[in-house]
Amino acid sequence: MAVSSILARPAAAVTSPWLLAAVRHRFLLAAAALLLMPALVPFTALATSILVYGLYAVGFNLMFGYLGALSFGHAALFGAGAYGCGIVLASLGWPWWLALAAGTASGFAMAAALGTIAIRARGIYFSMVTLALAQCVYYAFYQAAGVTGGENGLMLPALGRIRVAGLALDGDAPLTRYYIVAAFVILALFALSRILASPFGAALEAVRENEARARASGYDVAATRLLAFALSGAFCGLAGALQALQLSIVPIETLSIDTSGLAVMMCLLGGAGTYFGPFVGAAAFLLLEASVSVWTVHWQLAVGAVFVACVLFFRRGLWGSVVAWVGR
Amino acid sequence: MLDGLTWDLVALQLFTGLALGAVYVLLAVGLSLIFGMLTVVNFAHGAFYLVGAYVGYEVLTLGGSFWLSLAVVPAAVGLLGLAVERVLIRPLYGRSVDDPLLLTFGLGYVITELVRIAFGKSGLPFDTPDALQGAADIGIGFFPLYRLFVMAVTAAVLLALWVALERTRFGLIIRAGARDPVIVRVLGVDVATVWLAVFGIGTAIAGLAGLMAAPLQGVAPEMGSTILAEAFVVTVVGGMGSLAGAVAAGLVVGVVVSMTSLVAPEMAKVSIFALMAVVLLVRPQGFFGRAGLMSG
Amino acid sequence: MVDEAASDAVGRRAVLTAAAGALAFAATPFGVRSARAQERPIRIGFPTPLTGPYGAEAQNQVAAAQLAVAQFNEAGGLAGRQAELLVRDDKLNPGEAATRTLELIESEKVDFIVGGLSASVQLAVNNITRERKVLFNSISQSDVINEAKDFSRYTFHEALNPHMTAGAVGRYAFGRFGKRVVYLTADYAYGHEMVRGFQAVGDAMGVMTLADISHPIGTTDFSTLMPRIQALKPDILCLCNFGRDQQIAVKQAADFGLKRNIKIITPILVHTARVAGGPAAFEGVVGGTSYYWGLESTIPTAKSFNDAFRQRNGGRVPTDYGSMAYGGVRSVLAAVKAAGTADTERVVDALQALRYDFYKGPEYYRACDHQAVQSVFIITSKSKDMASPEDVFSVLSTEAPDELHLRSCAELGHA
Repeated sequence: MAVSSILARPAAAVTSPWLLAAVRHRFLLAAAALLLMPALVPFTALATSILVYGLYAVGFNLMFGYLGALSFGHAALFGAGAYGCGIVLASLGWPWWLALAAGTASGFAMAAALGTIAIRARGIYFSMVTLALAQCVYYAFYQAAGVTGGENGLMLPALGRIRVAGLALDGDAPLTRYYIVAAFVILALFALSRILASPFGAALEAVRENEARARASGYDVAATRLLAFALSGAFCGLAGALQALQLSIVPIETLSIDTSGLAVMMCLLGGAGTYFGPFVGAAAFLLLEASVSVWTVHWQLAVGAVFVACVLFFRRGLWGSVVAWVGR
Repeated sequence: MLDGLTWDLVALQLFTGLALGAVYVLLAVGLSLIFGMLTVVNFAHGAFYLVGAYVGYEVLTLGGSFWLSLAVVPAAVGLLGLAVERVLIRPLYGRSVDDPLLLTFGLGYVITELVRIAFGKSGLPFDTPDALQGAADIGIGFFPLYRLFVMAVTAAVLLALWVALERTRFGLIIRAGARDPVIVRVLGVDVATVWLAVFGIGTAIAGLAGLMAAPLQGVAPEMGSTILAEAFVVTVVGGMGSLAGAVAAGLVVGVVVSMTSLVAPEMAKVSIFALMAVVLLVRPQGFFGRAGLMSG
Repeated sequence: MVDEAASDAVGRRAVLTAAAGALAFAATPFGVRSARAQERPIRIGFPTPLTGPYGAEAQNQVAAAQLAVAQFNEAGGLAGRQAELLVRDDKLNPGEAATRTLELIESEKVDFIVGGLSASVQLAVNNITRERKVLFNSISQSDVINEAKDFSRYTFHEALNPHMTAGAVGRYAFGRFGKRVVYLTADYAYGHEMVRGFQAVGDAMGVMTLADISHPIGTTDFSTLMPRIQALKPDILCLCNFGRDQQIAVKQAADFGLKRNIKIITPILVHTARVAGGPAAFEGVVGGTSYYWGLESTIPTAKSFNDAFRQRNGGRVPTDYGSMAYGGVRSVLAAVKAAGTADTERVVDALQALRYDFYKGPEYYRACDHQAVQSVFIITSKSKDMASPEDVFSVLSTEAPDELHLRSCAELGHA
């Protein structure tokens, strides 16, 4: 299979009772960490970016880490969410929470559509096909400038005053917006932990470890792969929608090949196949970029070198290594 | 939109497409060679192409001629490729097939940024060599001499590759290795050296492609990343690992781009990816690829 | 971080109830910032694409913007209060620009923002600044933000726009070089704006559009478009594209022998694109520009701007993009001085009233849309008698500032 056993979920071999408890309550721990993050990060907009890209990497990780399929076209799913949310917000004037739902649904639908074509391909072909399909989506959205704004991007109204559970909030206050985004990210993480604990989660693992055996055991491999892709699209779609709310703009770059690469980098940096790794990867990437770009414009050199080093020596990623070390 | 469309124009357009396809072929052949033998998807291919263009620029700046750079560029980029294979790629053999892909993806960033540090962030001029300036009458209209030269170079590279693969012992090993690497290893062939050489040859061709592109568009640090996706499309359409596929797909893509440019020029770039989607729907392994190869 | 939330007690209380523990922890390291002295420097945020294809332009912009800030401080600042420039890399990506702008406003508490090179980046920045009532002076050579739907009282536009440059080049070229025109246009809003600018002038002069051929932005090979252009036999080929697209199109048009009987013109002939393309490819190409350092022989303020820039930057000259950054920052600081305060509302009023000549002759911001009314220079590429590597253009003609050359306020949707 495409992903070797080092990527297997670390929970399997855990013996320490503390760690067992940590794994069982990993959702609560992750949620607590995200709630505390604004205190640990230099500025709130960066913390919000970590949330958004972390969730994007979570969606990617569902395919790469848990199913073992390396997609190079996840920008299409992230972008579908951003545009889905942005278009209903800008042109139809829907309320923001409905726009988030629309973004999530767009990501799901885009993934289902692309998945129907791409999922037949395996291994490297899957990477290439997703890359090409995402490029097609990029150009389609670029051309549809009437709806998407094309090169200029799609401008959205700011969040402004919103009401949540009877409370009036200022959606433009950075910390308020952070916690609004965090609420949805935590909701998504909860959904992820339910999905992984369900029979479908077991099917994912079976398909990753040995497709032929999974098929022999009665799993519908094609359906599992397609559903995983679609669910991955829903997570990425929500991330894209939250990004649109945060920035009040959907740039066409959201759909670019670089955005696809970002998910790969962040997921690998944090630790593919780990529950919280994508957030660690997103934080590491964005903090590295923010700090290196202060003293040199050649920050891409550092980012590329760290990535190469990760592949060569550190394949578990930052969080994956921590988990493996604690779990010894 | 299409008033003034004559058969001469259509014929010239077709020829322009083939000439453009020659550049695609040169890029895809190296990529396909490396993949076919090493099962390495080289995401740094665009970066090697970029280095080729800049090495050519440096040769000219140091007083050398374009003809000298025709020899220097493949040698220099090939050497770089050998070093990369030996130091970075080799430790990854036997690990997941995703690993070399991921590594070269990061390596592409590193190389591109090193070029920016060495040569600056903005583009630099690269004039067409004197002897190849101007246009020649090809019967249906005038066509730039230099583009004819690029077609000739592509043909020469393909011929050399064909001879090397079909007529030498080395080529026999490569062909056997592409079909079944395990058997080749079992037969006691020093696969490591062969793989090293193949990677070097593949990157040398990428460098040559970059040099060929330099007089067409000047040199700029972005040139590698923009061409990479297109090169992959050609390789996938042709069938990954198939040299004949790379040639056929390169020419087809060139012609599709050219004909799209005639009727709906703004769709020229989309047409490449649409073609790929269609081909993969009908034939998932591409023109000449083998089904089941690289299934994970 | 936290202190601006304090101004919004309702929002903050709600968040506190939602995540009380987390926020209490969050408040400790950042709460200390609140006691900020009144005498803090005037802060100008400056997003610019330091990385990416326009990195060279961006570097020149930073140097020029810093010059404007230094001159303000050396002249005593605002009654002793100094100004400072906060440069951020927008990577030519609107999403990144939006994130950086949020950071500049929310964390760095900048008073003003100047910058934005691409049309999409300036739109992203403007979309954030106008909601938060922060003054933004754009130096992107696209004026979409001047249209009523994006414009706000806080939006200013120091740079030229396609209507002005294409108009000036059209008025210069159509009478001289011929009336049969083919447009080669980058397929995005900015490219099409350039075509409209040409056609607004051309229609009155009886110019015939043979074809408007759109190419995808980022095209590296124009060969497939050349046979058609040749077959149409135009007098003029208008390149309505920018940067590397333009440089490659010029070069390949020359390769196909188009320049033998077709004149190539373009709304904006950019300094760095000409340097990257080389003298041979660009020979004889005519275009517009907002600034060229060679103007110093005729314009006194250009001379003093160039000299000050050279002195601080090892003898290098400011480019077209650098000069816009200088003008953009300096006019905001001049308005600060005129208003006697950094208070946004009063600086906006002062900027509207400002009449200035900082580097290219007289300018002012038009009342309805805050577009800087200024001169346009028609230049052509030199291929011989170049005194230095920077001596790349000669100035053919100057079109004086005139509101009649702008799109009318009504056309932009202003009442």
